[in-house]
Amino acid sequence: MTCLSAKDKDTVKVFWAKVADKVEEVGSDALSRMLAVYPQTKTYFSHWKDLSPGSAPVNKHGKTVMLGVGQAVACIDDLNAGLLTLSELHAFTLRVDPANFKILSHCLLVVLSIKFPNDFTPEVHVSLDKFLAALSRALSEKYR
Amino acid sequence: MVVWTDFERATITDIFSKLDYEAVGGATLARCLIVYPWTQRYFGNFGNLYNAAAISGNPMVAKHGTTILHGLDRAVKNMDNIKATYAELSVLHSEKLHVDPDNFKLLSDCLTIVVAAQLGKDFTGEVQAAFQKFLAVVVSALGRQYH
Repeated sequence: MTCLSAKDKDTVKVFWAKVADKVEEVGSDALSRMLAVYPQTKTYFSHWKDLSPGSAPVNKHGKTVMLGVGQAVACIDDLNAGLLTLSELHAFTLRVDPANFKILSHCLLVVLSIKFPNDFTPEVHVSLDKFLAALSRALSEKYR
Repeated sequence: MVVWTDFERATITDIFSKLDYEAVGGATLARCLIVYPWTQRYFGNFGNLYNAAAISGNPMVAKHGTTILHGLDRAVKNMDNIKATYAELSVLHSEKLHVDPDNFKLLSDCLTIVVAAQLGKDFTGEVQAAFQKFLAVVVSALGRQYH
């Protein structure tokens, strides 16, 4: 189902290994950016006391989301199976409109561009963009 | 009528004053052609676009990237009147170039990423919000004359 070539998968794995020890920083920055640039996304976090960049809930949740992305990298050969539980969570409990996956993916790419300016080449960018699209599709699998 | 805050005006002007239009323009168009290969459909006469290395080294891509950035410069200098400033460009893209307006968003996402890499930490969430708002207005103005 996914259209990730062997080269895409390798590229993603190699690049993500570099990101691995910065998950909290990257996740927090991506989430903060999403809340600032796309204010409509704040509607999903009305239960947080503090939505400002670098706040405790933003840091914690940013890390959670990045660990989820890491999980997807680990099961890149079968995203649907590997993300089944997460898909059910997003479909039945969180009910996040899948349009927002694209928004967060874009914010993540911006953060990676800032933190890894030399490694985030156009070739890495295209593989990651494809991967995040496949991840978003797998996450939407159980919606209906 | 677009309303710009003082912060947004200052941010946009500041960003563009720091950009090397040639470097950023070329890198942005190249990235767009690599990440979204279907956009190559508009550049049939650009020669070798066979792979990322060829695209990144292609002088026509570099030159056209610069043209695009100078086009954006016109919007920066006419922030209160982008719609009118871009009326002719919109007609050009629709009637002569036949560019699907969805592509404008793809290019602006690539520009955001290239500018982010250049500005680093200075490209904060607030700066990104202002930059993307500016690009959204530009994209809307470019698509206005399509029918």
